[in-house]
Amino acid sequence: MPPRTVTAPHSAVADPSRRRAGTSLWRLRGYLAPYVGSLVVMALSAVGAVAVALAIPLVIRAIIDGPITNGDRSGIWPLGLLALVLGVVEAALILLRRWVQASAVLGLETALRSDLYATLNSLPMAFHSRWQSGQLLSRVTIDLSTIRRFSGFGVLFLVINVVQLVATVAVMLHLYWPLGLVVAVAAVPIIWLSRSFEHRYVVVSRRVQDQQGDVASQVEESALGMRVIRSFGRRDLAFDKYDREASRLFDSSVDKVRLSARFWTFLEIIPNVALALVLLLGAIAAGNESLSPGTLVAFITLMLSLVWPVAALGVILSMAQEAMTAADRVVEVLDTAPAIVGGTRVLERPRGHLRFEGVGFTFPDADRPLLHGVDLDVAPGETVAVVGATGSGKTTLTALVPRLHDVTAGRITVDGVDVRELTLPCLRRVVATAFEEPTLFSMSARENVTLGRPDASEADVREALEVAQAGFVHDLPWGLDTRIGEQGMSLSGGQRQRLALARAVLARPRILVLDDTLSALDVHTEALVETALRAVLRDATGIVVAHRASTVLLADRVALLAGGTITSVGRHSELLATVPAYRELLSADADLAGAAEVA
Amino acid sequence: MSTAHDWRGVAAESQDDFTDRVSLLLRDRSRRLLSSLLRPHRRTLAVVLAVVLVENAARLAIPYLVKVGIDSGIPPMQAGAGSRVLLTVTGVVLVTVLVQAVARQAFLTISGQVGQRVLLELRRRLFRHFQRLSPAFHDRYTSGRVISRMTSDVEAIDEMLDTGFDGLVNAALTLVGTAVLLLVLDLELGLVALGSFPLLLWLSAWFRRESASAYRRTRESVAAVIVHFVETMTGIRAVQAFRREARNEEIFDQVNDDYRLANMRAFRLVGLFMPGIKLIGNVTIAITLVVGAYRAFDGAVSVGVLAAFLIYLRQFFEPMQEISQFYNTFQSAGAALEKLSGVLEEEPDVAEPTVAVPLRDAHGAVRFERVGFCYVEDRPVLRALELDVPAGQTLALVGATGAGKTTVATLMARFYDPTRGRVLLDGIDLRDLSEADLRNAVVLVTQENFVFAGTIADNIRFGRPDATDAEVRAAAEAIGADTFIADLPEGYRTPVESRGGRLSAGQRQLVAFARAFLADPAVLILDEATSSLDVPSERLVQRAMHTILAERTAIIIAHRLSTVEIADRVLVLEDGAVVEDGSPAELVATGGGRYAGLHDAWLESLV
Ligand SMILES: Nc1ncnc2c1ncn2[C@@H]1O[C@H](COP(=O)(O)OP(=O)(O)OP(=O)(O)O)[C@@H](O)[C@H]1O
Ligand SMILES: Nc1ncnc2c1ncn2[C@@H]1O[C@H](COP(=O)(O)OP(=O)(O)OP(=O)(O)O)[C@@H](O)[C@H]1O
Ligand SMILES: [Mg+2]
Ligand SMILES: [Mg+2]
Repeated sequence: MPPRTVTAPHSAVADPSRRRAGTSLWRLRGYLAPYVGSLVVMALSAVGAVAVALAIPLVIRAIIDGPITNGDRSGIWPLGLLALVLGVVEAALILLRRWVQASAVLGLETALRSDLYATLNSLPMAFHSRWQSGQLLSRVTIDLSTIRRFSGFGVLFLVINVVQLVATVAVMLHLYWPLGLVVAVAAVPIIWLSRSFEHRYVVVSRRVQDQQGDVASQVEESALGMRVIRSFGRRDLAFDKYDREASRLFDSSVDKVRLSARFWTFLEIIPNVALALVLLLGAIAAGNESLSPGTLVAFITLMLSLVWPVAALGVILSMAQEAMTAADRVVEVLDTAPAIVGGTRVLERPRGHLRFEGVGFTFPDADRPLLHGVDLDVAPGETVAVVGATGSGKTTLTALVPRLHDVTAGRITVDGVDVRELTLPCLRRVVATAFEEPTLFSMSARENVTLGRPDASEADVREALEVAQAGFVHDLPWGLDTRIGEQGMSLSGGQRQRLALARAVLARPRILVLDDTLSALDVHTEALVETALRAVLRDATGIVVAHRASTVLLADRVALLAGGTITSVGRHSELLATVPAYRELLSADADLAGAAEVA
Repeated sequence: MSTAHDWRGVAAESQDDFTDRVSLLLRDRSRRLLSSLLRPHRRTLAVVLAVVLVENAARLAIPYLVKVGIDSGIPPMQAGAGSRVLLTVTGVVLVTVLVQAVARQAFLTISGQVGQRVLLELRRRLFRHFQRLSPAFHDRYTSGRVISRMTSDVEAIDEMLDTGFDGLVNAALTLVGTAVLLLVLDLELGLVALGSFPLLLWLSAWFRRESASAYRRTRESVAAVIVHFVETMTGIRAVQAFRREARNEEIFDQVNDDYRLANMRAFRLVGLFMPGIKLIGNVTIAITLVVGAYRAFDGAVSVGVLAAFLIYLRQFFEPMQEISQFYNTFQSAGAALEKLSGVLEEEPDVAEPTVAVPLRDAHGAVRFERVGFCYVEDRPVLRALELDVPAGQTLALVGATGAGKTTVATLMARFYDPTRGRVLLDGIDLRDLSEADLRNAVVLVTQENFVFAGTIADNIRFGRPDATDAEVRAAAEAIGADTFIADLPEGYRTPVESRGGRLSAGQRQLVAFARAFLADPAVLILDEATSSLDVPSERLVQRAMHTILAERTAIIIAHRLSTVEIADRVLVLEDGAVVEDGSPAELVATGGGRYAGLHDAWLESLV
């Protein structure tokens, strides 16, 4: 099942059933490359431990058939000592394996998580708005630990158990082949059963894992939307929504439990049935004296030592299936080609000449373009205000410049170079945006402000804060080092917006985009910010999205966005006079009338 | 320029670090939680126990029967007396195997279901509890950690139920059963074998002690990973636009590596513990072998008994491996349980009263009586706010950013309780109202309007879940949101993603607005609910407000005075105190005041 975003186009998610089982997991093997040495040690010590474990019953047999049967007391000691030494060696080998294994599998998990994070960081907005973040979260946590568990514990025991099974059967064949053959035949139903189990388990486990992601999404949404839920007293509604997902997960988990219960039971039963046969046939053979009692005991000891490994196969194979589906889910993300990749050109001395040439934009799943034929030329140092009704596409238009989305028609150039030819770091250094919704991170105020320029000096920071009238940060309990955002001091709406503005200003971009960034400020503060901004905008090219006339006045020219394209460009007063749509949108007539009424 | 950790900045103490003394208390707490989760399943658990006893009896009987088969089945055959005994024994073995099969499947299914039920209950409880906890708690705890508790910690318990539970129960029973059998088979030899017991106990105690703190650390460090991850994904737009990727990856690598190290420590402990168990087992086998051999010489035990004994002994240590194998998922789940029980015992500091004063049709008279409030100790935001809003009045709050307007609004909606003084609705202290009554009467549209994943209609209906489609439409129409909705591909049924992707900022505000109008409360608080709208839309909303707010109490917070003008009364707030109070016309007329100043500046800005 794809991430259940409502509009989910299925392109991002390959049909899991068509992926060959295990290929994704196999592809991740590269992550173990740095640990090849460790892996060899691991395998050797595992095989060694199995060999030793096999040897111990043989020593027991030697003691029973030898010293005890012959009444040879002195023969006990060397053999007893041998058993002791073998026992110690086995423990030592296990110790070695576990220590080596820990660093290898944790290294795998950690590296994979880092890569997944880096990939997600580089995937474009279109991807992020399509995928529920709970689905991403569950991949980074649950799926990775599933893979880790299998690649350490699972793979090894799968191999060890199979080796042990084969070796034990070989020893049995050697001890007394007719009985050994009986045991070998018992393996046939096991193999056959495992295969049919796999087919069904893969479906269930994928469902469970996807639903875990859905539950995570609900959790995330309710945590982030907690204030709205509270304000309307809709705890029950939110709970019901969550509960639906949680119950669905419950149902699938119970299906999974049922399926594995059946499989695991079979795996435990088959060796026991084989044991009964061995007893019967072995005793008959011993009765005929074609088999010594000691051999029979050794045989049965070996047989019993098979019960656990076979039973454990159930758990291990389930784990393998889960790891494969987990790997599928992880690879789905890793394989998503970043639709927006940087070019190769770098602007040495950007002047900030921004041009939209016949720009069109259609959202991936929309049937008609949101923007079309947008032409706009913003000279270096010039500031253009973009004005348009709610939902007319202003934010989208500005997002095209730093390539948060890519144009679907036409092109945008900076200093004559198509933005798609520039490297992303270069482009995004040239352009900085103060978004309409200030996003602050749980970091120090300083780190938040210097987001776009980590090497900014104290003076630069001070100056940017000054421009944005964000001097209040100095009054926070620990000044600029106070943690803000969610994790520490919370700020008022206007304070958040000013910090976000300071961040954009501090980045010293050649092109500064302000997306309705003064909306949460009171009139006085707004006037102060505007004055300060004027100075900044004198040096930089500016795009100012605005709903208020006062903000529009920051700009040299105004572009009116209507019906998906720029219909008129000119000075504020010109447009007011000549364009009715503009007057409609920005005129203060009604407001003034209202004010006059009151006054 | 910043070193390893100072990007985080300074904040009040994290309350997550426990001393060892506290950890005893914690264990107690988790045990309480566990037993409350399991109590409803007592009966089923009793059945599970019975089934598991049968299964293990069958499992243990098999080697014993084998011994019988060898000891009493072979001699008659050697003597040519036929194979009747042997056949009987084999038949019994097969029946036993069948019993074991049935019991095992029943056990796995039932215990698995109980486990999932417990998990579901835990998920439900956590969800409800987190929703009950106050915004102050959430501010402190952060959504990332809420998410981590409700996903990763619950998963840790799931993992135990998935793999650990079965193994552990079986292994423990096998262990006890085998110990008894060993003693019965041959007391002296049995005592020798069980001599290893104290050592095993000691080793387990050591492991439990050490791993408890190790696993606690893994829980905390995975929470840090999740917090950072969620934050990055929530703010991905800013991350990309400001080229934060590299630095973020650096930070992520740090928290990721912390998690790795925490895991490493836990793994290493297991890496010592398991071979330790194996060592004790193997040494015991060797010793028993020698002692057993001597007893065989003396004729004290038969070869068959010795063989069975050794078989049992292996079977005794085999599950020990299993136990230690799963002991770590147990410990990890234990650490998770500790965290969860901690959260679940967190008392909501904005608690519902035990005996609520009923509030039928609220009139909407609001009073603040000498209300003082601070988010951070010693930094009062409000000092002694006096405010009396008669029912039906439309009150506008204006003032510089950071003056405390939102704070007043949140106190009115009881997101927080005042540090001093009282907030009253119709003469009743908000602290005495039930949650349901309060939310019916007071609705706050916050500055950060949140849109849920679902359709537009669902989002509007959030204000009143039983509203009909027509009512939803009417609410949207009233404020002029219907035009943009009609333009969406599927109209009201167009899905929007969580956090409102697919809607523009202004459209999100319209949806939040429609939601509040649909809720139809006695007191409506609008915190900058129109700041992102274009002028025509805003005007439409204002027109709607005129009619809608006519007979209800409204508190409007706005910077655009056009919105304020419709108010009956304006309050100018400065540093948490009311500095001006009057009707807009009065305040403008007096002149020279702060509101008059704002008004002039605003007129100027209209140009
Ligand atoms: N959760 C919080 N924790 C700590 N301090 C806070 C919190 N929320 C707000 N503050 C502080 O309290 C003061 C008042 O904030 P409030 O949000 O009430 O201002 P406001 O008048 O609504 O401002 P704005 O117009 O910018 O929204 C501010 O200085 C702010 O930094
Ligand atoms: N992922 C998407 N898929 C389809 N349509 C979308 C998507 N995201 C946004 N839209 C639509 O694109 C239009 C433009 O949105 P945008 O945010 O650019 O508007 P805006 O002009 O900035 O409005 P505002 O003034 O309210 O901020 C809106 O009508 C919105 O519904
Ligand atoms: Mg916008
Ligand atoms: Mg506010």
